[in-house]
Order: sequence, then C-alpha cells, then structure tokens
Amino acid sequence: MTTVPLREIAHARAGDKGDISSIGVFVRDPRHYPAVKRQLTPERLKASFGSLFKGPVRRYAIDHLCALNFVLEQALGGGVNESLNLDSHGKSWSFLLLALPIELEG
Amino acid sequence: MPRTVRLGTGAGFSADRLDPALDLVEQGALDVIVFECIGERTLAFGHRDRMADPRAGYNALLERRMRAVLPACVAHGTRLVTNMGVANPRGAAEHTAGVARELGLKGLKIAALEGDDVHHLIGPDTPLPEAQTVVGEIGRPLVGANAYLGADALLSALEDGADVLITGRVADPSLFLAPLRQAFGWAEDDWSALGAGTMVGHLMECAAQVTGGYFADPGYKDVPDLAYVGFPIAEVGVDGSAVITKLASAGGLVSEQTVKEQLLYEVHDPAAYVTPDVVADFSGAQIAEEGPDRVRIGGASGRPRPDQLKVTVAFDGGFLAEAGISYAGPGAKARAGLAAAIVEERMKHLHGLNAPLRLDLVGVDALHASAVGYPSDSQDVRLRTALRAGSREQAELLLWEVESLLCCGPAGGGGYRGQITPSVITHSAYLDREQVATRITMIET
Repeated sequence: MTTVPLREIAHARAGDKGDISSIGVFVRDPRHYPAVKRQLTPERLKASFGSLFKGPVRRYAIDHLCALNFVLEQALGGGVNESLNLDSHGKSWSFLLLALPIELEG
Repeated sequence: MPRTVRLGTGAGFSADRLDPALDLVEQGALDVIVFECIGERTLAFGHRDRMADPRAGYNALLERRMRAVLPACVAHGTRLVTNMGVANPRGAAEHTAGVARELGLKGLKIAALEGDDVHHLIGPDTPLPEAQTVVGEIGRPLVGANAYLGADALLSALEDGADVLITGRVADPSLFLAPLRQAFGWAEDDWSALGAGTMVGHLMECAAQVTGGYFADPGYKDVPDLAYVGFPIAEVGVDGSAVITKLASAGGLVSEQTVKEQLLYEVHDPAAYVTPDVVADFSGAQIAEEGPDRVRIGGASGRPRPDQLKVTVAFDGGFLAEAGISYAGPGAKARAGLAAAIVEERMKHLHGLNAPLRLDLVGVDALHASAVGYPSDSQDVRLRTALRAGSREQAELLLWEVESLLCCGPAGGGGYRGQITPSVITHSAYLDREQVATRITMIET
C-alpha cells in the first residue's frame, strides 16, 4: 500500500455558477480510477473542507473517461457577486482536492 | 450542404486577448468565428452604462476587435457571431457599421439581435425560485433582467446572410450551435444533433481553456509556449461530431486532458446540461487523440428543450471595498497579524461595522483560509482586507483605515493599495418562452 497526493495521479478543474462550485477530477491511469472513485467521496470532501463547502455535495461519475464531477452547493461565500474571498470564483478549489492523499494497492 | 463547418473562438470572456483571434481569422480558414464576451457582472454593468448614455452598454473592446478582424473576415469569407452587444446590441451594430465604413468594407451585412432584455416582464411578484423569494423582497434596486436566448433566435439573421451578427444575452453554446444549425439544416427538435452541437459549443466557448489555458501545472501538466496560447478551432461534421484543434503555429496544447477538463467545466449533471435549445447529455462523450493537437469528440446526445427560458435578474449590490498593506523580513507574519487585529478592532468598535469583514494574510493564509491551514513561515506577507458596503462612503472608510496603518500601524508596513468596485447581485427567474419576443435589425454598409 502506498499513499500519494491526488495530484500525482489525477488532474482537476474548478468552475462556478452562482454559489455552486463544480470540480472535475480526471484520473490519468485507468488502473488508479477505482481507488480514487472509492476514496474521493462527497462525504470525504465534506469532512475535509466542510467549513468552506457548506452545503450538500453531489458526485457524478463518467467511468469510461475516468472522470468524477463534484457539485458543491454554498461553496463560494455567496457567489462571485457576494464573496469576500480574493478568489471569488473558487478557481483554486481544484487544488484543495489535488492535495488529498489517496491510498493505492501495491 | 457542407461536409464540415470550421468554427473558431475569438474570445472566451469580455477581456480576452485579441492577437490569437486575429491569427485564427487570418490562418484558420474559418467559416465562422465566435466572440463570447458576457458574464453576469458585465451584463449588469452594461445596463448601468446604457442608463447613463443611451448609446453605450456594449463591450468596451468592440471597436478594437472589429477594427482588427473585420478586414480579415471579409478577405477569408468568415462570418462573425458575438454577444458583444451586451446591453445594447443595436448600438453595437451601428458602431460596427461605422467601423466597417471607415475601413472601406462595402456591402457588409451587420445584424443585431434584440429581445433578451426582459426587464418589462419582471415585477415585484416575479418568483426567484432558487432564492425562494420574489423580486420585491430582495430590497435592492433592479439593474436589469436578461433572458438566455437560444440558437433559434439567431437563425433567421444567418439565413438572411448576415456577415456579422451581434447579440446580447444568448446561452454561450448557442452562439456556436446557431451557425451549425444553419449550415447543416438541423431541425429544432433533432435533439441528438443539437446535443452534439451543444457539446462542441460548450468545449469552444471559453476559448483558450480547451487549448492549454487554465491548465498548466509545471512538472505535472506542461504546456508549450503558453505565452502565445492559440484559440481553438472545431471541425464539425454533419452529425455534430468534431475535431478540436488549433493553429500549428500557435502556442498551447489540445489533448485528451485539456478536452476532458473543459467538457465538465461548470457542468453539474453531465447527463443533463440544460440550454434553451436542448437538454444535452455529455455522459456518453467520446474523446480521443487522433494526432498532435487534434482531439476527436463525439457521443453526445440530447433530450427535448425546457419550456421556460432562464432569466438573470440583476440588482444593485453596493460596493466591494478591498485594501492591502505588506510586511516583509523577520517577524513579517506577526506584524501583518497585528495590522489585521487593528483594522478589525477599529472597523467594528470605533466605526460600528456589523457586516462581514475579511482579513487575509497573503503568503500565509488567504484563498484557502477557511478550508485548510497550511504551515508557513513566510517572511513576505500582505494583509488583504475586504468588505461589502452599501455606500461609497462606507467603502472608503476601509481604505482609509488600512492606509492609516502606514503611520499608525506596525513597523515596516508598505505598499498600501485600495480599490472600490461597484457590485451587482444576481438571481435567476424563469419565463415561458412565448413571452420573450426577439427581433433582428439588419444594417448594410
């Protein structure tokens, strides 16, 4: 068992609509996708970043693209027109996820 | 009917670069170039500009962009479609006609699409479902209300031979779908083709975001010659499948990775991407590299479009005040922290501020401050403060307090800057599409 930051095996991009952030996560090697899908759950995102991701978190999987899409409500301090965060769009939220550790078999 | 249509993107947001757009028109052998230039803020400020001056309210870069690309568009037979009309499409078309005449471009057909401005259909009782309230309860002045129009509203202008088509608010992918519908004759209920065309538009609408922009992460995702990143080209077939590519001479990268990232950008349920034209389904998307900087896409489908059009309702949001001051060298973090405590004390207790005040230590704890704590012993730290104020005077108070730290605050504080930005707050309403009447005005130079 080895543990790696998600960034070693995946890439990600964040977008915004109102107060909803969406983050696509893309696993490079299909062999790593099951481990990421098992460990990178909405519950884990809430547990890790609940003080920022205040609302419900949904996850959509597109397995054949090794892609997970997270939709995070109330995650932008009210949205681009109300937020006081320097990053009012949450463009950098993708790198919060990419720092999370993932356990790989073998 | 053409076998393929070559679409290019000339801008992916209001302030996007001009040189990659000009390169595309000159060298891309394009049928159509699309400039997507509206965000919620830009639209609300367009309304404000037009209230102050009835001739204003369109994209500030319109003239520069048109002056640069129109001669090449005429030379290469490339149509230009854009939402640079923002809050005044007809004004933008008249301005563009003036530029074309100055450039000696005769017989150019410039069309303006109006009707997205629906403020006359919005009243105090209009529901704002996501906010679970009505317009009158927001308690702020209404700045504007715009419906997202679909590709159907653009079609007649394209069929009538418009060389330039200028709109206000149109769903971003629909700006690309309209010329595809016109070229391939897709029916308005050919959901599969409309879903496929919408996927093309979605991938193209943010310009460089599919060609290596918003992507590079040195050592992990390297992008060649990012300083000269090119804008994308889509070679679209009659079934809506396409190749996404770029000019070989341009910087950047089109890869499976760049396309995947953009496919899900600002998408919620990939199986239900809702536009005025179709509920597109990207969940079966196929993405495959077929050569250097050439990625084949397909596999999208679609279901019938929604009965209602989404409307962005904008309200006056007061002002965003931001001010900062920097500390460097030994003890920088402690001195910046002391400065933050002073600003908080004086704003809250001397001036009676009861609105949220944001205090960031840039270099230590800023963008991700409310989510994680990074260990940092940075010796170069900037205090950044922010609040939302109802009046300009209230906003100025924060700037004054931070600037006064130069003489009254911790040692070695320098680099004070402050800015006040007018702000809007937006909510969504929904109108039956029959209520929204659109019209085209054609000007010939």
